Amino acid sequence: MKTTDLVIIGGGPAGMSAAVAAYESGVKDILILERDSSLGGILQQCIHNGFGLHKFSEELTGPEYAARYEARVKELKIPYKLNTMVLEINQNKEVTAINSEEGIFTIQAKAIILAMGCRERPKGALNISGTRPSGIFTAGTAQKFVNMMGYMPGKSVVILGSGDIGLIMARRMTLEGAKVKAVCELMPYSGGLERNIEQCLRDFDIPLKLSCTVAEIHGKDRLEGVTIANVDKNRCIIPETKEYIECDTLLLSCGLIPENELTKACGINIDRITNGADVDQNRETSVEGIFACGNVLHVHDLVDNVSEEAETAGKGAAEYILNRKNKSASIRVKTDGKVRYCVPQRITDIGDTTLFFRVSDIYKDVKIIVKDGEKEIFSRKKQKVAPGEMESIMLKGDILTEVDSGEITVGLEKLQ
Amino acid sequence: MYDIAIIGAGVTGAMIARKLSAYNLKICVLEKEEDVSMGASMANSGIVHAGFDAVSGTLKAKLNVKGSEMMPQIASELGVPYKNNGSLVVGKGSDDFQTIKELYERGIKNGVKNLQLITSREDLLRIEPNINDDFDCGLYAPTGAIVCPYTLTIQAIGNAMDNGTELKLGFEVKKISCDNGIYSIVSDKETVQAKYVINAAGLFADEIARMAGDDSFKITPRKGEYMLLDKECSSLVTTTVFAVPTKMGKGILVTPTTHGNIILGPTSVDIEDKDNKATTQEGFDIISKQAKERVKNVPFGKTITSFCGLRAVGDTGDFIINSNLPRFINVAAIESPGLSASPAIAEYVADMLADMGIKMTQKADYDPYRKPYNYFTKLTNEEKNELIAKDPDYGKIICRCETVTKGEIKDAMLRNPKPTSIDGIKRRTRASMGRCQGGFCYPHIIEIISEMLNIPYENVTKFGGESFINLGKIKEDV
Ligand SMILES: Cc1cc2nc3c(=O)[nH]c(=O)nc-3n(C[C@H](O)[C@H](O)[C@H](O)COP(=O)(O)OP(=O)(O)OC[C@H]3O[C@@H](n4cnc5c(N)ncnc54)[C@H](O)[C@@H]3O)c2cc1C
Ligand SMILES: Cc1cc2nc3c(=O)[nH]c(=O)nc-3n(C[C@H](O)[C@H](O)[C@H](O)COP(=O)(O)OP(=O)(O)OC[C@H]3O[C@@H](n4cnc5c(N)ncnc54)[C@H](O)[C@@H]3O)c2cc1C
Repeated sequence: MKTTDLVIIGGGPAGMSAAVAAYESGVKDILILERDSSLGGILQQCIHNGFGLHKFSEELTGPEYAARYEARVKELKIPYKLNTMVLEINQNKEVTAINSEEGIFTIQAKAIILAMGCRERPKGALNISGTRPSGIFTAGTAQKFVNMMGYMPGKSVVILGSGDIGLIMARRMTLEGAKVKAVCELMPYSGGLERNIEQCLRDFDIPLKLSCTVAEIHGKDRLEGVTIANVDKNRCIIPETKEYIECDTLLLSCGLIPENELTKACGINIDRITNGADVDQNRETSVEGIFACGNVLHVHDLVDNVSEEAETAGKGAAEYILNRKNKSASIRVKTDGKVRYCVPQRITDIGDTTLFFRVSDIYKDVKIIVKDGEKEIFSRKKQKVAPGEMESIMLKGDILTEVDSGEITVGLEKLQ
Repeated sequence: MYDIAIIGAGVTGAMIARKLSAYNLKICVLEKEEDVSMGASMANSGIVHAGFDAVSGTLKAKLNVKGSEMMPQIASELGVPYKNNGSLVVGKGSDDFQTIKELYERGIKNGVKNLQLITSREDLLRIEPNINDDFDCGLYAPTGAIVCPYTLTIQAIGNAMDNGTELKLGFEVKKISCDNGIYSIVSDKETVQAKYVINAAGLFADEIARMAGDDSFKITPRKGEYMLLDKECSSLVTTTVFAVPTKMGKGILVTPTTHGNIILGPTSVDIEDKDNKATTQEGFDIISKQAKERVKNVPFGKTITSFCGLRAVGDTGDFIINSNLPRFINVAAIESPGLSASPAIAEYVADMLADMGIKMTQKADYDPYRKPYNYFTKLTNEEKNELIAKDPDYGKIICRCETVTKGEIKDAMLRNPKPTSIDGIKRRTRASMGRCQGGFCYPHIIEIISEMLNIPYENVTKFGGESFINLGKIKEDV
């Protein structure tokens, strides 16, 4: 069997950034496996601006951002295989993949980094009643048709869900001459970034209907229209508010699901909230030597955060391969419900540690607090937090040393 | 001129065509849709019923039991997914047990083998650990099975075509006349002539019969809605779990499919419109309520799609297989257990034809076998590598959820009956049938269809007609 020190699954921003970081930390025998015909991941179809503000302090398009990492991967001569899909990994760190040239092959790795990204939630999961015509796509599929293939999947459009891809596609379709009639969001707030609501909807007078959903689908061959309706507090449709909108296309932007089939089949522990692996501060999963980063770990809104997280994982994997340290601590990171999830979920080595988390609702004038049992060990005021924007806090190593319950809880408290 | 024209390419028409293709007869199958198996044969529970349910003495009972017995061999000849998973009726309390005993006795009368009465919760749990707490009795039918209904239909038609049968798709029968013993069957596009006609038009069989002058029966549609769960949930149940039947019907069943998903349904609602296949909120509510009653922790959040099938309900309570006009056979009101019965229905119809005096001599070169679809994942790694070495497209995964290769899709497009749409490819290869429901692979499947059929990218449809995926090019390209 072929052996490689580090196998990275997925050549999107996470995979590339992890590869570069591992290389710079001293691991030279790396292989990136990517099923697409080029590196870059989902960024290849994000031809809009807005990437890289944090990382490069300039506004790049998705392909430009990806190209910077691709250039670095090539400069360091890190090997990668395209059109190669990983079919299976196991706890012995054997990676089985398939491509046209080599057929099915298995590689024995010392460490693996999972960077498979995520996929969009399809219509079936939403249980919308009605017929099953053509013309219903996830926003990302529509983005691929428009930006990669050069085709228009529709002319008059309703969008369900106000995730970022949906917002960006509202603008894109409008610029291509389509009429976007409404963006309906089930929740009382948008799950997208504020700047996208401003630049993609308001600037084009596209109505954002909150607490609103698609109740029924109409049409035989191609979509002919949808019935939309408002929902009550329990997200049940209010029948009196039903309204018919004629349209030939329904785009869905109802959330992203980390692509963890390989992870689950390998028996790696999954966090039920993030739908990604349960990891420590190095992004090491419950299986030693297997790391995860990027959208496969939890859904990020900014690619800059993906790159940063991937660097952490890349360094962690390098450390694992070159000089494995014993774990010096075991602290569980819990959340209070208002904070929905937190990554990492475990701290196994004391040092300055950044926690990334999302809240479950919009909260104003709050204090982010971290508790060790009843003892408050960290707090920070915040004017507003929203589910659409990932938050982070840094806990100093000397604070973590003091933790004696083996568990900390990240939460929110209302400011008096 | 054909010896026999079969109207309708559902499982009934398909199995009849396959049966008759073994004889030296010139046969054509006429189907109004752009593919076969687009009616009830596409959207049903896929159960090969053991046969304890049908009223003893009816054609339904007789053909059900016989058809179920024939199914394993036919499925294996045709490379159709089939699994003998067993059926389990679950009940609680003495009223339920009374009904279950009646089912048991009826089953024995119908000739169902190895039926077992279950009288304790422990025995129930041994078969199906996720049955809800208060259930304490049941009927276990080890001969109950599941089959993939549309693959069966596609493969039966394909096998008939391999053996010389012709298939005309997009042929909607509008008029039938008979002159000098020859039937003329007319669509907008063309007219087909045949000596014998077999009416297997499902929901529309009454209208077809009426076109020919037979007004003896009426078909009404009865809706059945379903929810399909992700393969991740496959351990929920292994047998087909039925409710104790009531006056209201058989209730919602919970069953695995041959592909490892879990299916919940069907509802049962009489409707007027034979084209109304819309799912409803009420349907979802009934399905979730009833499924929950019997099975613990049904993960509704893992629903990947929902759909609806229409039963062709006749006015006699039984299958209507008869002939009221010379050389014209109705095979109508084939509601459940029509799928299970289909192999036996085909034999029954062949016997009727023989009785009518048609000359049936066996073809010397008749071949009953078909290569399966969706075969790649089932091969050993050595076999996979051999295929990839021969055709590198087998190393290219198009559908990541179901691991379908470009090689399989191309192969499916070259085999009869040839698919021309995304859904046609989906039913054959399972590409786009997994958890992302095509989000990832649509753009690639369209590319393959466009390439193989040599049609523009934007002309590719989801299921024929006006079901286009793209409506034009973007501005820059205009
Ligand atoms: C439509 C859209 C708009 C966005 N807009 C912005 C924005 O404006 N600004 C911003 O900063 N961020 C934006 N983002 C977010 C950012 O693009 C993503 O967070 C980032 O691409 C995630 O990187 P990743 O490497 O984790 O995943 P991906 O980019 O999805 O890469 C994963 C890679 O893994 C490969 N892969 C998966 N499974 C396998 C397997 N089994 N074998 C081999 N390869 C595999 C995939 O082909 C893919 O190339 C946007 C994202 C989307 C989808
Ligand atoms: C909800 C539901 C659940 C079921 N569950 C089961 C089960 O678990 N087990 C079981 O054994 N059975 C089951 N059945 C029954 C089974 O599905 C049917 O008995 C079987 O599919 C009937 O096949 P068919 O070929 O007669 O009809 P169809 O499949 O409907 O085929 C009829 C064909 O005729 C074509 N046609 C109609 N009009 C014309 C025309 N004018 N010109 C040309 N072509 C025409 C149609 O397009 C169609 O393709 C179920 C049925 C339903 C609806």
